[in-house]
Amino acid sequence: MWRAASVLSLQDETATARTVRLHVADWPGHDAGQHVDVRLTAADGYTAVRSYSLAAPAEGDRIELTVERIVDGEVSSYLADVAAIGDALEVRGPVGGWFVWRPEQLEPVALIAGGSGIVPLMAMVRVRSAAGNNAPFRLLYSARTPESVIYAAELRDRAVAGDGLGVSYAYTRRAPQGWSRPPRRVDAELIGVATWPSGDRPTCYVCGPTPFVESVAGLLTRAGHEPARIRTERFGPSGGAT
Amino acid sequence: MGIISRGFSGRRSSGDAHLPPGQYLTKDFPVLSAGPTPAVRLDDWEFTITSETGVVRRWTWAAFRALPAERITVDLHCVTRWSKLATAWEGVSLDVLLADLTTTARFALVDSYGGYTTNLPLEDLRGGQAWLAFQYDGKDLVAEHGGPVRLLVPHLYLWKSAKWVRGVTLKSEDAPGFWESLGYHAYGDPWREQRYWGD
Repeated sequence: MWRAASVLSLQDETATARTVRLHVADWPGHDAGQHVDVRLTAADGYTAVRSYSLAAPAEGDRIELTVERIVDGEVSSYLADVAAIGDALEVRGPVGGWFVWRPEQLEPVALIAGGSGIVPLMAMVRVRSAAGNNAPFRLLYSARTPESVIYAAELRDRAVAGDGLGVSYAYTRRAPQGWSRPPRRVDAELIGVATWPSGDRPTCYVCGPTPFVESVAGLLTRAGHEPARIRTERFGPSGGAT
Repeated sequence: MGIISRGFSGRRSSGDAHLPPGQYLTKDFPVLSAGPTPAVRLDDWEFTITSETGVVRRWTWAAFRALPAERITVDLHCVTRWSKLATAWEGVSLDVLLADLTTTARFALVDSYGGYTTNLPLEDLRGGQAWLAFQYDGKDLVAEHGGPVRLLVPHLYLWKSAKWVRGVTLKSEDAPGFWESLGYHAYGDPWREQRYWGD
């Protein structure tokens, strides 16, 4: 069932990512990690649909997406460059019941994001905080450069709040000045210090481009985490979620 | 027609291709899986068909590869809306594996190394519609795309083509698999756009 939606506000997060807040008629609510289908219709009836991760808990009929502009992405470039406050579109969902975190979960959680794969993981961080859940969370966020980090200020504030959320970064192209770890990909050593020992039996959520997810899921498995406790969401160059 | 989005004209890159509704064309081969990619050693690999009365037929890798295989070229349609046309595979038809099997079961639950499951009517595995594929594009199927062996049932959305396939259990009653329990359609016909529950 497609629901009428309109753009409430827009906020640039980085040079390529933008948060779009939508009002959706009769939104039924959603879990952290779920996504929506967004449908755009042109004046002649042509339509295009893509999936986007929900970035935050719903507030009534208001939902939030963060969209990374993709070269040749006909929906993402509309949302990131063309859409203005008041513009109309349609939304269907929520979709997906596996890559989700619910506040009833009390076990330790490892969140491992590659690039815009942070979006559904940020929804988990925000839902945990809104629910007053004390499950220990560790977020490891791999980004190309400091400037490409989405939600940087909010993550900084949340990490110093001392409520059981730890945040670590891996920079793959250029690190901030004085950063101790040279730019490189997430490796076994970083997984060891920035997530949880497998003996703590955390649930691990990994989201990012396919090669990132393949690599990180392999590192987690080799570190002794049970495959059944590793949930993944991959997106390829031509779409998929986020 | 739906609500028109101001300023949206679209790219229409898949213009003349014959695609199911709501799909767009890709030349890549995206990977979507719910968990880590399992490593399956050929020495340990086996494929089983379990009848509704519990009778098990079993193939080792050597026995499986001794079966007659065929080359097929098919279109793939993923529920995440990409379609990839004219993909070339080599595999063993399920007609070969199910030959001379007498059963009253109408449904099949497919299971994979790593724990994934998916359900479909048994008749959709027969009649030259389904294969156990071990080669893609002339090369051994890589683990990322479901190797050593994946189910290929291209007339349904691609989540039905279980990667790392391990067996089929025949059932009298339909039982939902992994994604079918989590909001995705029980049958998944791309031409009828059966993506989610209620479609």
